[in-house]
Amino acid sequence: MHVPDGFFNAAVSISAGAVAAAGVAVCLRGAKRELDDRTAPMAGLVAAFIFAVQMLNFPVAAGTSGHLLGGALAAILVGPYTGVLCMAVVLLVQGVFFADGGLTALGVNITIMGIVTVLVGWGVFLLVSRVARGKGAITVAAFLAALVSVPASALAFTLLFWIGGTAPIEVSAVAAAMGGVHVLIGVGEAVITALTVGAVLAVRPDLVYGARGVAAPLVLRGPEGATTVQPERPVATGGGIRPFLLGGLGVTALLAGVVSFFASSSPDGLESVAEEKGFLGQATDHLFGSWALADYGDVGGIPVGVAGILGVGLVLLIAGAVGYAARGRDRVRV
Amino acid sequence: MNSLNVTQRNSPNVNSLEVSRLAYAYPDGTQALFGVDFTIGRGERVALLGPNGAGKTTLVMHLNGILTAGHGAVTVAGTPVRKDTLKEIRQRVGLVFQDPDDQLFMPTVRDDVAFGPANSGVAGEELERVVKAALDRVGMLDAIDRPPHHLSFGQRRRVAVATVLAMAPEILVLDEPSSNLDPAARRELAEILRSLDVTVLMVTHDLPYALELCDRSLILSDGVIAADGPTRELLADVELLAAHRLELPYGFAIPAPERG
Amino acid sequence: MVGAGHRHQLYLPGGSAVHRLPPQCKLLAVFSFALVVVATPRERFWAFAVYAVMLVAVALLARVPLPYVLRRMVIELPFVLFAFLIPVIGMGERITVLGLSLSVEGLWAAWNILAKATLGVVASILLAATTEPRVILLGAQRLRLPSLLVQIAMFMLRYLDVILDEMRRMKVARESRGFEARNFRHIPVIARSAGALFIRSYERGERVHLAMLSRGYSGQMPIIGEISASARQWGTALALPILALAVLGLSL
Repeated sequence: MHVPDGFFNAAVSISAGAVAAAGVAVCLRGAKRELDDRTAPMAGLVAAFIFAVQMLNFPVAAGTSGHLLGGALAAILVGPYTGVLCMAVVLLVQGVFFADGGLTALGVNITIMGIVTVLVGWGVFLLVSRVARGKGAITVAAFLAALVSVPASALAFTLLFWIGGTAPIEVSAVAAAMGGVHVLIGVGEAVITALTVGAVLAVRPDLVYGARGVAAPLVLRGPEGATTVQPERPVATGGGIRPFLLGGLGVTALLAGVVSFFASSSPDGLESVAEEKGFLGQATDHLFGSWALADYGDVGGIPVGVAGILGVGLVLLIAGAVGYAARGRDRVRV
Repeated sequence: MNSLNVTQRNSPNVNSLEVSRLAYAYPDGTQALFGVDFTIGRGERVALLGPNGAGKTTLVMHLNGILTAGHGAVTVAGTPVRKDTLKEIRQRVGLVFQDPDDQLFMPTVRDDVAFGPANSGVAGEELERVVKAALDRVGMLDAIDRPPHHLSFGQRRRVAVATVLAMAPEILVLDEPSSNLDPAARRELAEILRSLDVTVLMVTHDLPYALELCDRSLILSDGVIAADGPTRELLADVELLAAHRLELPYGFAIPAPERG
Repeated sequence: MVGAGHRHQLYLPGGSAVHRLPPQCKLLAVFSFALVVVATPRERFWAFAVYAVMLVAVALLARVPLPYVLRRMVIELPFVLFAFLIPVIGMGERITVLGLSLSVEGLWAAWNILAKATLGVVASILLAATTEPRVILLGAQRLRLPSLLVQIAMFMLRYLDVILDEMRRMKVARESRGFEARNFRHIPVIARSAGALFIRSYERGERVHLAMLSRGYSGQMPIIGEISASARQWGTALALPILALAVLGLSL
């Protein structure tokens, strides 16, 4: 799914870049709570692991290939904020060192493969692990989180393609191809995520962010016999999910604003030239293909605005799910 | 509180290391330390003996705050190991890991030895001087520009010691210093350790090496200090050793005490 | 930190002028070049040709063999395949080429993606071939990339080697017991080793990190050799995107 240079138009590339930058900035702040000096290498390992996992390419219909994403795994192992950072680093390194994914498409790639997968994956994980407790529940939650996060990412890709893909292909065809393939990949990712989380949980539960618990009492052995004391260590508490949620809302709002602004002003350079030369019937036609939404208005800006709102609505829905889960969890903790 | 620490530190009588009632359980609930107590005076060379799984490595990880005590306290030269003193503690406690490959992670020996002092703000010519002095003390000055992975195992361990010496630690903690060394490298390392003027805590199950280098030994077993005394006496106590799964090599006998 | 004992086939050691440029200059140059390429209208064929010539010139200057660049370009393959498909399934006006009915707009889109993606890929390959990964990260740090990201990236590169090593070792262990991954049905076996791989890699890398912490590491690599860039070096590096911008300007 690594988008190369020139695949999306300038409006989408720039807006996604703004979203990615804002998202990473929010996560940099949030990650300070999640990271201590032992989890920094953990984040690096998760990034490396995801990198390795992404090398497993599944052949996809239509001659392209898809691969595992790893966002849910990152969120569960190191927490959502650090998870986004891990994904951003993976994509950055892939772009700069391995030429995988265009440098100007970095924003798009971080948004759809980093932010969306982590947000959705963590949201599902919270929802499921709230219902049931224990190690088994965490593994199941990890499975479901990965299962849902991959098609969600494909959906985000399709959405961006609909708004500003440069290839003249029916959005429904893209949606079908991407969706179908990524449902399958989601199953593969779910298996690998659950097995990995399960294995780490069995041997080093201290390494799983999503499974932080209360420390057990300690036994002291001395000449006077054994006594039991409570550990002095402060019990690990999760960073509140609320700032994460607010960050997500901010990011989506930004997406809405920036996309609408860019898209509703003139078509980008590429398209204007194309239009002038008659390669494209109309820029807006290209933007929306045969979608019914294109008929919403004749004024250039409006349908784009509608598209933006639709997209934001979708993300809000996801964020709402996260928020719901978070609220319940806060109550439990209090 | 702070001024008290300073006076303690400056006094020659203050101990290099104090560990009291230290207990720790891993997050999975497995408890490794059950109330460890001991004290090491300045300039002492002490061996910490114990079978595999006794909690030796866990204990070592507490000495510079990599693990945080679940109960009890560790004090280095009068400074308690706490989150806010970590930076200072890590300069005072020089940890030499068992596998030098874990310790040497920079492209050249020079960069590796410079890593510690550079972190504490040493730079320029002073940094170069510190690096060279540390390498000189372990006899590895010639290797300064070589990549660590081109050195022999024994040489790498000596460089690992230099990386720590460059930080001018109060106490040098070595985890299994003699493992995987051939007899010559073993003897060279022993000579280097004897020549150093720092407090040494040597974690090992190599009993002859402990006897050779340390007058005093502690036995850590089942997460508590089971014995503390002169190395020669402890090693002569066959029952004590057997009770804690320690064994002298086949054919090795404790030499008779020196006279006079 | 990533140096010792690790083979990065990405990096081709050398002493050329391109190799010697400070990493922050090269990073900025490649990013700006990619921006200019993407901003170029797709009809400006000759502009793309000039960009390609510029990259070839850089490759020659850096003594990066062209076969090496071509080999590394395999990474682009999925999107190349996709690009070839666009004209076939694209919408709009159609023309017949060699008996195939192709979408005109699809052809344009395919050319657009292929040209821009290829130029971007080659520019990145040249950057990675002339700059050690560790040094690129130091450059990123100089360009004010947040230190947390740099730190994660450093650990990532470090662990990548460990993971690949462990993968090899586990593969040998599996195969010495008669297992060989031949087709899709063997994926569960591989998946099961993923968890073990993760823990083994982590515990190896964790010890290195503890060693770093023990020597006062606090999240920032100490700058041991200064890598500041002179105005001339900036000028040399930025010549690439500036020339490209000039070409773009001329073509409009």
